[in-house]
Amino acid sequence: MTSRLRAAFDRARAENRAALVVYLCGGDPDLATTPALLDAIARAGADVIELGIPFSDPTADGPVIQEASARARKAGATARGVLDALASWRRSKSPHADRPVVVFGYYNPILRMGDAAFARAARNAGADGLLVVDLPPEEAGTLADACEAEAMDLVPLLAPTSSDARIALAGTRARGFVYYVSTAGVTGAGGVDFDAAAARARTISDRLHLPVAVGFGVSSPDDARRVAAHADGVVVGSAVVRAIAGGDAAGAPARVAQLVRDLRGACGRA
Amino acid sequence: MSSPTTAGWFGPFGGRYVAETLVAALDELEAAWRDARADGAFLHELDRLLSTYVGRPTPLYHAERLSDDVARTAGRRAGTIRVWLKREDLAHTGAHKINNTIGQVLLARRMGKPRVIAETGAGQHGVATATACALFGLRCEVFMGELDVARQAPNVLRMELLGAQVHPVRAGSRTLKDAMNEALRDWVTHVRTTHYCVGSVAGPHPYPSLVRELQSVIGREARAQLFAATGRSPDAVVACVGGGSNAMGIFATFVDDPGSSAVRLFGVEAAGHGIDTNEHAATLSRGSVGVLHGAKSYVLQDEDGQILEAHSISAGLDYPGVGPEHSFLRDSGRARYLAVTDSDALAAFSSLARTEGILCALETAHAIAALPRIVAELPERHEGLDVLVSLSGRGDKDLATVRDWRERTGAAS
Ligand SMILES: Cc1ncc(COP(=O)(O)O)c(C=O)c1O
Repeated sequence: MTSRLRAAFDRARAENRAALVVYLCGGDPDLATTPALLDAIARAGADVIELGIPFSDPTADGPVIQEASARARKAGATARGVLDALASWRRSKSPHADRPVVVFGYYNPILRMGDAAFARAARNAGADGLLVVDLPPEEAGTLADACEAEAMDLVPLLAPTSSDARIALAGTRARGFVYYVSTAGVTGAGGVDFDAAAARARTISDRLHLPVAVGFGVSSPDDARRVAAHADGVVVGSAVVRAIAGGDAAGAPARVAQLVRDLRGACGRA
Repeated sequence: MSSPTTAGWFGPFGGRYVAETLVAALDELEAAWRDARADGAFLHELDRLLSTYVGRPTPLYHAERLSDDVARTAGRRAGTIRVWLKREDLAHTGAHKINNTIGQVLLARRMGKPRVIAETGAGQHGVATATACALFGLRCEVFMGELDVARQAPNVLRMELLGAQVHPVRAGSRTLKDAMNEALRDWVTHVRTTHYCVGSVAGPHPYPSLVRELQSVIGREARAQLFAATGRSPDAVVACVGGGSNAMGIFATFVDDPGSSAVRLFGVEAAGHGIDTNEHAATLSRGSVGVLHGAKSYVLQDEDGQILEAHSISAGLDYPGVGPEHSFLRDSGRARYLAVTDSDALAAFSSLARTEGILCALETAHAIAALPRIVAELPERHEGLDVLVSLSGRGDKDLATVRDWRERTGAAS
């Protein structure tokens, strides 16, 4: 079975553009708003959505996503709550509710539920893949098995510091796409050389024969355009979270939709 | 659990649960350490500094009045308990932390990293890192929770005087856990130029093994010193456990020697307001298996896998995690872990001061407070029992906390 994530990248490629991958933190500002945000993001043209599970100790995140995670936890979000929000959107009548979703987070909430139980719960909620920022391939064996059993992708991360051997290792079990971290840093980093990151992503993609999306620090349509020139996908996180947080909960879907439309417009290739 | 090598695992605990960006740096550190420990010149330099700069070997002191106090409280005859204090408080900068930082900063210099960062709770590891960096002319930045900046103010000034920059961390619990989060974020951002000097036997591989090896000098010395004094091994070895470095430092020689299996090992965690409240730091008594700060180990967490905030009056023990080897020693039964409340630790602080003339760190006071309970568990021995205790640090940094406590509780002693 081909991965729905892979299919989303293939479709974008056929349309001569990069796929747009949009991150939001589940439960921010509250779990009740999450399905509406997922729908707004899908409707505005995101090809893939990364749905974050809030965590108490987000060591890979900069201040914007740290604060989103803290807001979500304060408003009562849990891993199960976020998966329930995803399931509720999947059940909705929205014509966009079939957009592929990657559940994104840290390992401890997964380990707490158990690798197999978490993978099953994510699949039942309608997730297409998992991405775990603090789980390099060496430690990912049991979760990769669990994902495979549920026909989900475990999306690997690569970074500017990854050796050729590690690139090959990341490619061994990946099916949907690979996430390339644009810079040594945390989410929301500034001063990224997007041209260099996109070129590196291209090299990795050619080597692994898998789509590679570039994330960390992409905040404007202009950044997205530079990444889209070479890479298969563009990931936007902190900028989306900032748009969601930039006003009341009721207005959040409209605010984020505007940003996603602008970003999507920047993903085309000349 | 399936690492390409078994290095980095203590049974099912340990590993490297970190962002991909950091894996290369951990590999580099592991290789540099493997190289350095096979290099006679490096080891010679480390030994020379430990003796001429740090002041090693630190004394092993037979605390007679404390021994009698402990015997009486445990319901044993006077003279049947001999408590031996391994005086890490007399090492330069006042705690065991310097054993680790001299080694790691030498390693940073060898790797050509001009900048060193550290997390700190009590400030002792921060001071020890700042000291080693001053000694070698490296840049030093220390992350410290805002709450700890306030309660360990003398150490903040010491770090600054030593030329380090201290970054107060305002996130989360504003203590050691969040300081380590922030240090990890800094490291991932400056990984090519920066060495992260982790302060305990926690964190991703190779830190638990590296810090253990650098701290194992405590136990090697103490064992030889005790043997010279008594001709025997200790019956029990006792240390406080935050991340667990002074404890692993004094346990290691006994853990590694199959002939020492009769030597009983006791770690003492902070029970804060009590292990039946939700304000404690008794990770091994009350925690469950999880992943925090790059390693699989026991952690304090809720049903959802969110890490809980710990509590202890002692900043160095106020941590909801613990080094992975301690989790292994706990589950295998090789070591036992107890917990001591804030108020019992304060009482032990005062009693050590009055019986022996030693003002110990509040972290260390937890180990002292547990002695009667530990002794009561040991089989009686006609010739007397020898109990080796890691006196991990001195108490100057804690005087304000102790004064506040006395004012609050109206304690006379
Ligand atoms: C004097 C002293 N003892 C013990 C500790 C706890 O650390 P560890 O468990 O790594 O020895 C600290 C930490 O700051 C300390 O300063």
